[in-house]
Amino acid sequence: MANDFQGDPKEFAIVVPVPTFLSREQIHVGERALLDHLDSYSSPRLVEYFDPDPCRRMEVEASADMAVARQAGHAQSLGVTVEARYTVGEYDILILSARESNGLETWLRQNGYRIPEGATDVLASYIKQNMRFFVAKVNLTEQARLGFTYLRPLQVAYESPKFMLPVRLGTVNAKGPQELFLYTLTRKGRVETTNYRTVKLPSDVEVPVYVKSEFPSFYRALFAEQAKRERMHSVFLEYAWDMNWCDPCAAAPLSRDELKRLGVFWLDEPSAGQAQNVFLTRLHVRYDRAHFPEDLVFQETADRTNFQGRYVLRHAFTGELTCSAAQYREEVRQRHEREARTLAELTGWDTAQIRKKMNLDAETVDSRKWWEKLWGKP
Amino acid sequence: MIQRFLPRCLARLDPRLFQIAAVSGLLVYGMAFLGFDVSPGRALLVLVTTLGTQYACTRIFRLPAFEPKSAAISGLSLCLLVRTDDARLAALAAVLAVASKFLLRWNGKHVFNPTNFAIVALLVLANGVWVSPGQWGSAAFFAFLMACVGALVVAHAARSDVTFAFLGAWLALVFGRSLWLGEPLAIPLHRLESGALLLFAFFMISDPKTTPDSRAGRILFGAFVASGAWYVQFRLFRTNGLLWSLAACSLFVPVIDVVLPGPLYSWKGASHATPPEFPRLFPLPVRSVAPRPAVLRLLRREGGRETL
Repeated sequence: MANDFQGDPKEFAIVVPVPTFLSREQIHVGERALLDHLDSYSSPRLVEYFDPDPCRRMEVEASADMAVARQAGHAQSLGVTVEARYTVGEYDILILSARESNGLETWLRQNGYRIPEGATDVLASYIKQNMRFFVAKVNLTEQARLGFTYLRPLQVAYESPKFMLPVRLGTVNAKGPQELFLYTLTRKGRVETTNYRTVKLPSDVEVPVYVKSEFPSFYRALFAEQAKRERMHSVFLEYAWDMNWCDPCAAAPLSRDELKRLGVFWLDEPSAGQAQNVFLTRLHVRYDRAHFPEDLVFQETADRTNFQGRYVLRHAFTGELTCSAAQYREEVRQRHEREARTLAELTGWDTAQIRKKMNLDAETVDSRKWWEKLWGKP
Repeated sequence: MIQRFLPRCLARLDPRLFQIAAVSGLLVYGMAFLGFDVSPGRALLVLVTTLGTQYACTRIFRLPAFEPKSAAISGLSLCLLVRTDDARLAALAAVLAVASKFLLRWNGKHVFNPTNFAIVALLVLANGVWVSPGQWGSAAFFAFLMACVGALVVAHAARSDVTFAFLGAWLALVFGRSLWLGEPLAIPLHRLESGALLLFAFFMISDPKTTPDSRAGRILFGAFVASGAWYVQFRLFRTNGLLWSLAACSLFVPVIDVVLPGPLYSWKGASHATPPEFPRLFPLPVRSVAPRPAVLRLLRREGGRETL
């Protein structure tokens, strides 16, 4: 769990319903660098191809990668009957359980947690399902002693048949939709939601070359547009890959050691063999209470098909042309038109703006009808 | 009863033709608009394999005529439900579905719904198969609902009781749980707005060849399946509760038939003990065999003589 909390650390608290009691050994403070690595490894990326000189059919190819995207996630405060209290790293952690949501809410308020209106019902339903509450806030003394200026991610380990992510508490008092990136490392294959549709982010499409300079905003607009198109009812698959290899890799693959530190426990099992046998799924969801009323429920499928968000830039040949290359010029013009349309469709950006940025009007051929060319427009 | 109001020619058609139309429509829609993980080639492979297996079994079991409609429905349903990276497993699903109708029989009926059996068998035995209950989303729910209800009305209204009994029980269980947990209404409604649920209720559990013979038995069966599915989903926290529960409950249908006997079902146009005149465009409606005690039926096993 990594949060993009911004503000005074003493204001920070998260409450996560968990299916079982957690002992001290089951809680761990992870490294931010690991998640950053996971993020950059699985991010949607650009792939660049350069057109060869149309006059000399020699092939030159190159590729470059870019990484974007940040994990996000929100939670808010609550709490109750203290089953355990731990200090792990810079966090003070409580494991709470309760019989009644009212008692829980009162306890939380008395302990300085700001409980949003409407949280009581949500708490009550988790309590009735025998869920515990994992509450973490920042221990400022410990944080100062350890010298971290940011909040490190929290790791919890437990065994439960409930493969789900509670999102309902987070939607109670959220202002607008929230973003969630979910990375799963599994043995068998891709992970998907069973109570919401999981759709693939559009991929392998050619976009104008200028996108390179504004890839982060392209990716954000792309995601926003696709979420809108799905009426914010779907979860997006951004990356699904066998961790044994990648081509092209946006970042170096995660090492065996990194995978272990992220929680992959089966690497040392005798049956694991030499191959890593780890499948990474990256899901991205924009959610709010109206569109995602239920907690996310997942299943691990047997699908090991690789998928990545990949956007292709094709650079036209810019060297000196030693022939007229009329056909090539026409191809490039048509390609640019196509790319402009694709970009507008993917991101919802204004076509006129895109054409301007691409400088398309300058390269547009005379589109007048032949009679207009002969006699001019009246 | 509803069929009384239908145009005569429609009412006389084999209900399976409507099912084929509805399921094909759903498959095309899913492939074109919902991005189902099934390619046209894979769909073709599954269909050809189901029909091929049906043909082979027709010859092996010496049935009077090759009857492709039920096999086509099984094939199309498999395309809608079974997901695998391995084409061989998809073909195996097709073979298992059709073969189960011929091999796993009891008292003139097949024990399992063919599609249900193939899916559950592969989920148990093979590692490379999954079902994506979330693939339908909820956006197209109402269009889907119309298609299902339409197919039900024109198809086998005679056996719709099992669908309604199941849906009634499922609704009660899902709403009951949410009510108990104090969840907002949006949660049970979202759970019910599921294409997977509709497909199951209108096309799978309603299979007249596997449901109990009597109305009371079918209502009981529908309620059992709903309870089992609820247990799998909300107590064991496993996916595909509906499919597991239907397979498990199907094993008890022979018992229900003994306790609550009823007339054996026969597809309209497909006669029971006599070879059907095939092909017939507008077959005469053949009434089901008259009710008779289960004990008698046990003695009069019809073997491979009926049309599957």
